[in-house]
Amino acid sequence: MKDTIKKLVEAYGPSGYESQVRAIIREEIEGIADEIRVDALGNLIARKGKQSADGLKVMLSAHMDEIGVMVAYIDAKGFGRFTPIGGVSPLTLIGNRVRFANGTVGTIHIDEGMGAWRGKAPDISKMYIDTGATSPDDAPIQVGDAAGFVRTMDEAGDRIIAKSLDDRISCSVLIETMRHLDALGTSTHAVYFVFSVQEEVGLVGARTSAYGIDPDLGIAVDVTLTGDTPDATPMAVELGKGPAIKVMDGGMLAHPLVKDLMIQRAENAEIPYQLEILRGGTTDARAIQTVRAGVPSGCVSIPTRYVHTPSEMVDLNDVQNAVKLLVEILAQPINLDHEP
Amino acid sequence: MDTQTLLTRLSEAVGLSGYERPVRSLIREAFGRCADEVRIDKMGNLIAHKIGLGSEPRQRVMLAAHMDEIGLMVTGIEGAFLRIARVGGVDDRVLLAQPVTVHGSKNGEHDLPGVVASVPPHLVDRQDRDKVVPIEKLFVDVGLPPDEVEQRVRVGDLISFRQDAVALKGDLVSGKAMDDRAAVASVALCLELLSGMYHKWDVYAVATVQEEVGLFGALTSAFDVNPDIAIAIDVTFADQPGISDDRTFPVGKGPTIGIGPNFHPLLLEALEATAKNQEIPYHIEPAPGSSGTDAWAIQISREGVPTALLSIPARYMHSPIETVAIRDVERTGRLMAHFIAGLGPEFMTTWPFPTARTHSD
Amino acid sequence: MKDIIKLLQELSEAVGVSGQEGAVRDIICDAIQPHVDDLRIDALGNIVALKRGKGQDRLKVMAAAHMDEVGLMITGHDSSGALKFRSVGGILDTVLAAKRVQVGPERVPGAIGIKPIHLTQVESARQVVKQDALVIDVGASTKEEAQGVAKIGDVATFLTPFVDLGPTLLGKAFDDRAGCAVLVELVRGQTFDFDLYAAFTVQEEVGLRGARVAAYAIDPDAAVILDCTPANDMPKKKDRSPNTELGKGPAIYIMGGRTFSDRRLVDLFTASGEADSIPYQIRQPGGGGTDAGSIQVAREGVPVVSISVPGRYVHSPSAIIHRDDFDNTIRLVRAGLSRLTRDTLAR
Repeated sequence: MKDTIKKLVEAYGPSGYESQVRAIIREEIEGIADEIRVDALGNLIARKGKQSADGLKVMLSAHMDEIGVMVAYIDAKGFGRFTPIGGVSPLTLIGNRVRFANGTVGTIHIDEGMGAWRGKAPDISKMYIDTGATSPDDAPIQVGDAAGFVRTMDEAGDRIIAKSLDDRISCSVLIETMRHLDALGTSTHAVYFVFSVQEEVGLVGARTSAYGIDPDLGIAVDVTLTGDTPDATPMAVELGKGPAIKVMDGGMLAHPLVKDLMIQRAENAEIPYQLEILRGGTTDARAIQTVRAGVPSGCVSIPTRYVHTPSEMVDLNDVQNAVKLLVEILAQPINLDHEP
Repeated sequence: MDTQTLLTRLSEAVGLSGYERPVRSLIREAFGRCADEVRIDKMGNLIAHKIGLGSEPRQRVMLAAHMDEIGLMVTGIEGAFLRIARVGGVDDRVLLAQPVTVHGSKNGEHDLPGVVASVPPHLVDRQDRDKVVPIEKLFVDVGLPPDEVEQRVRVGDLISFRQDAVALKGDLVSGKAMDDRAAVASVALCLELLSGMYHKWDVYAVATVQEEVGLFGALTSAFDVNPDIAIAIDVTFADQPGISDDRTFPVGKGPTIGIGPNFHPLLLEALEATAKNQEIPYHIEPAPGSSGTDAWAIQISREGVPTALLSIPARYMHSPIETVAIRDVERTGRLMAHFIAGLGPEFMTTWPFPTARTHSD
Repeated sequence: MKDIIKLLQELSEAVGVSGQEGAVRDIICDAIQPHVDDLRIDALGNIVALKRGKGQDRLKVMAAAHMDEVGLMITGHDSSGALKFRSVGGILDTVLAAKRVQVGPERVPGAIGIKPIHLTQVESARQVVKQDALVIDVGASTKEEAQGVAKIGDVATFLTPFVDLGPTLLGKAFDDRAGCAVLVELVRGQTFDFDLYAAFTVQEEVGLRGARVAAYAIDPDAAVILDCTPANDMPKKKDRSPNTELGKGPAIYIMGGRTFSDRRLVDLFTASGEADSIPYQIRQPGGGGTDAGSIQVAREGVPVVSISVPGRYVHSPSAIIHRDDFDNTIRLVRAGLSRLTRDTLAR
């Protein structure tokens, strides 16, 4: 599984430009999925399994896109001004490298140099990308080009440090879950694995793909924060204590039946889990939940430190247990007929 | 049941966003008495259908009042104390020393009375006395030792405001969750009145879920019901000691009817005409953009729904002592009933008219 | 093109604040009725007009321009006879002071006045007067008189006569009457291979509302959104960004607000511009959205691209656009659409 994770986290794919990630995922699932298609906005949708008499249509969603930057203007000396794609923090930018679709790499710095910014909050509008160009004519980038951060994956014992664990780690969880379901042979539910686009800019892909699939149950797989770093905002989630079952986040409340289903399956199979309340931020589940006449939805979250920095960290045990939990949920019948 | 009793019961019932079940059973009873069928959808919306007497295909009017209330949730347990987060737009300034009930779900269900802990004035630093304590720094105390808390409560458990509804002078009632239980009461009254009236259109009275966290119930139930027109009922800001501007309305002088891009002009016109006919006092309430209510979500369902908003003036909104006038609740119910009774098959079929709707059930 | 400039003038001077677009709707219906196969008004007031194509196995292409403009809503009357208001859509407090407005369906003239500078404390003279401290003076002297002039819920807009400055045009509401005029020209022009659904939308300025329901109803294969985007080409101290400039042609969006144009559609229009020698510019990514934001997420998703006429000082009483940019926007959109086929959208 680590090889898949490495390929995915190191790939280029800011929101709106997910095709390279899509190609990698497609290769991984070709031959395992029952059918694969790409929809109008670029979501990769792979179905595994047929809906049996007491089965459901289930949609899983993990997003392919990462946060990044887009070139807004090239000045007379070839420096590129930029605008963020998704929730980019100015604190993570100075001295960092970004890579464009064609492989061009640039470094980010700030007007007047670092000295002038001592003790002040850095301002994105004062930053620029240097690709080594000397004018707009020899600049290898142009207005509208999108870039993501560039980092290789590192391992630290059971933990991984990489960019874009949000949300490529969940993409790999989905792929691994599909592999397990494939190995099981039989199927109760028709499971639609959606590798969604443009989550970071408004849950765009999840919303439209959910409309098309019209599922009975929606489960997003995404990252969540932890409360286990120095002076962190208190949060009852820690690395290594298991996947987190979402109760509430900044955009939604998990459907009580879905939350209870997840807890039950985790307890039955003795999979460690944590209960998650995230004060800010939300996931594809929010978009799935409100399509058409509503879809009971929840989220399995991967506890992650340093989200939206180029060096996010997860614990591989949590990742493997997330796969176990999803398989445990999907390999058996599910009854959502009760009053929520 | 008289209005005051209904209002009191609804106000005191518990039903936080996403977890509306307790209040829903009460509403099911109240709406169910006068409806032909009642069902609960996947998200928990309660949909009561009262069949009209017109010939098929009958048009549909949807009424929407939200049943969820704002509250708190347990995010962590530290010894005997509980850390909390908001469910919906709770005002941090009203939290200190508020009585609450923690709905513990571990090893059974436990309703534990508690209080939002506050540091006594003697121990607060001078410079902090005038600052609002942010919610991340607050705790709830249920007065039990750590091991007993640990036995009964877990992360994710809900906490509601603990407040009895109280009758004040001048036919006012003060209690928690008048936003939007006062509106739910008015819908119940409307259905009751309609039972004694002849109406051609089908009525779908919906007690929606999760309005306070994103208008989710309205969005999904509107898609499901697919109405020809809709009226949302909510509360609005009332004049209160110290505040009076064009965003507030007097309590006891009738509901407000919304005007603005969120609302269809023909619906507004028809509601005004009904109010005048029935001698129901009302005010026009301007909304230059979003009304911040279920009406905002319903209006853009599918191909668009002509929508109106009726609001009951309430003081101290989003605090546990919201105050409304009983007669405003009754007037709102009456206004809706008479409006619905006046709907004929020709209504809203000439410009601006909705596209031909197909009601595929 | 003279005729289209006349139409643009009529549209610019019409009053159509979000939620009350009737006057604009009437002008447009008259202009396009003879050229379309079907025209309807939906529940929110959008015009959706169908111009059937001449090909087989036709695509459904939606073209949208919004009819509404930002403005003011009357919210109360004070005892001195002045009208209280709140803005509809995004208007900065900085542009309100000392402007002429027209109020209500009778378009009664009024003014937003502020305290004369002579009587203002030095410190306050540097501060923006906030909206809730401003009122509209229509000459009434009592609350009752004011109530007779305008009701709560009536709207007001800036009173700006359209002026032809030669190479440029000055007027209010070019955002998005310029886009509407472009769309009218498209509808009045050649038939395409595909079915063209021309949507003149309502309530864009308060949340892209009309486009959302129109797109749901149409369920198109692709959509082109025509708007008016801020041109920020005044003298600058630093070589930072011109954003879009007047005279450089229609502005094509790669990313507007948080909405990404479909790259294949962007390439279609840039290639058409090159092929037919029509100038165009790439609109600076970020900031400000269009109806594309809600059309893109209709049903199962719609590939979108926004193309705007550049305009200086949009959302203020007086905007300026360049005639050539306006003409070239019509030409570019036509050139791109005439090359749009199923292959453009194939994956």
